[in-house]
Amino acid sequence: MNQLKEEVFPLSLTTDAPRDERRETELTRILDVLGSTVINSLVKNDDMFIRVGAPDWRTTAETLKSLGYTYFCFISAIDWMPSPFGRGEDDPTEPAPVRKTEIIQGYTGGDTRFQVLARLTQPHTSLGINIKADVADDNLSVDSWVTVFAGANWHERETWEMFGIKFNGHPDLRNMYLPTDFEGHPLRKDFPLLARLVKPWPGIVDVEPLPGGDEEEVEAS
Amino acid sequence: MSLLGDRQQLAYIAGQAADARVNVELETEGMTLNIGPQHPATHGTLRIIARLDGEQVVWAEPSCGYMHRGYEKLTEVRTYPQITALVNRIDWLGSFANEVPFILAAEKLMGVEAPLRAQHIRTILFELSRIANVSLFLGDLGVQLGAITPVFFAFRDREYVLNLIEGATGGRFHPNFDRIGGLKDDLPAGFIAETHSVMKKLRTFCDQMDTLLFGNEIFQARTRGIGIIPKDVALQYGMSGANLRASGVDWDLRRDQSLPMAWDKADWKVWTHPDGDSFARCWVRLQEVRESTLIVDQLLDTIPSGPIMAKVPKIIKVPEGEAWVSTENPLGEMGYYVVSQGDLGPFRVKIRSASFNNISITPWLLKGVYVPDIITILASLYFILGDIDR
Repeated sequence: MNQLKEEVFPLSLTTDAPRDERRETELTRILDVLGSTVINSLVKNDDMFIRVGAPDWRTTAETLKSLGYTYFCFISAIDWMPSPFGRGEDDPTEPAPVRKTEIIQGYTGGDTRFQVLARLTQPHTSLGINIKADVADDNLSVDSWVTVFAGANWHERETWEMFGIKFNGHPDLRNMYLPTDFEGHPLRKDFPLLARLVKPWPGIVDVEPLPGGDEEEVEAS
Repeated sequence: MSLLGDRQQLAYIAGQAADARVNVELETEGMTLNIGPQHPATHGTLRIIARLDGEQVVWAEPSCGYMHRGYEKLTEVRTYPQITALVNRIDWLGSFANEVPFILAAEKLMGVEAPLRAQHIRTILFELSRIANVSLFLGDLGVQLGAITPVFFAFRDREYVLNLIEGATGGRFHPNFDRIGGLKDDLPAGFIAETHSVMKKLRTFCDQMDTLLFGNEIFQARTRGIGIIPKDVALQYGMSGANLRASGVDWDLRRDQSLPMAWDKADWKVWTHPDGDSFARCWVRLQEVRESTLIVDQLLDTIPSGPIMAKVPKIIKVPEGEAWVSTENPLGEMGYYVVSQGDLGPFRVKIRSASFNNISITPWLLKGVYVPDIITILASLYFILGDIDR
């Protein structure tokens, strides 16, 4: 499989992509204002990514809003722990496979299992910025954005119920979708997808490589 | 003081006392009104709890979750090609438009770009699903104001568009037609001529709606000046699409963003309205349907020849990375934040749907409005429950 991947993606944009000067200039402007609160930043995939410390979460939003990022897009979180259940396609008659447990954060790195992720956009230029912040495992909370962007209200409620990340200063942090007495936080990776546990996945046949077919394809190309 | 004067004064005082007593007896205690979950204005099952003082809303809160299907969790156990079948069901009236941003995000991570012909056909189908979606909105709008006729026109004319989508993709509501690297199939024979004639019908439909609904005095009285959203509030709540443009923000992702799609190959206009009220939101949508028919007409005549699939492996593994792609969907900005760790399926997908943000403004917007206006405001915000709950 790995060989297949290498064969087919020599044209991947990761190495020789043209430089995105428009966004690089914009990011420099932002970094000048935000200063040392930004831990890491990146321009990639036609987008800007920055990572700030959790204590600076709210002030970052205020600063970006004053820089013209007035359109609030979303707030969510990412649980970087690899799922202990894999893709829920294990054969129950076989012994459980060994899975990787190493936490690898994506763009702009990170130190913690949970990261909050938000996006703001500048309406007149359509430039967007993705903001991440590490959330410490022993204190799953960041400051609320509700006072900066009123629309953050529901997004923070959703993030709270799905990941269990508290937003300090949120006026009404209760469940958005789930019943009030629901236990657990469904989008965490260690929350099992019950449908895949009670009944073995029948579609396992579909994702197996076709015998012989793909190697021929690669050779032809 | 004369006796008569005394009497008049006493009568006056007695009258005042009687009025006061009546007022005490009829004192309007707050009342809680429950709207939904099964109300036609909710396009699904949204429940709105409104606290009333007389006829005025003091406090209102939508209660979501009657349709939460957990797509973000489900995407983590699906492969990339399987996910298009899921995301089809987010905004079920404009299904094809839901697939496009996800596929574009996956393509961006892979460094693949669909051939020009596929981009053109994608844009055409995207606009057709917008027409099908928004024309139903225009008809439905009439029903919610008590006018029955528009909805019959809307269902009749939407059917032509659905037939086109079905003819091209095989699915009326859930095409599941977009693939990483291109499209499943080419357009069928006769599609172009048929689409041209349907677009003509749809423009007639827009003219009918214009006179039947937008020129109607009752409609104007019930929507003009109702539910006004100022520009900065709309941006703060992340409202998008026609709702934002009706507040005077000239921003359309189709025009202002460079995506491998064909919108820039057509000549069309982004409509805005300065008022920000219910009427403006409906009016902008009507103009959008008109513009969409023009986009489709122009793109049909300029479809380039060539393949419809780029060279992609049969088993799709997306390289590590993160990508965000959003498009201007019928309901507003719909985007996917895809995190890949080089697997067959994504590590995490954040689905940013338009209606979730559009409807999150209702607690602010419904404060102080009168009960009958709740329905017109909700209708004009235009949301689909699948798009809120995901």
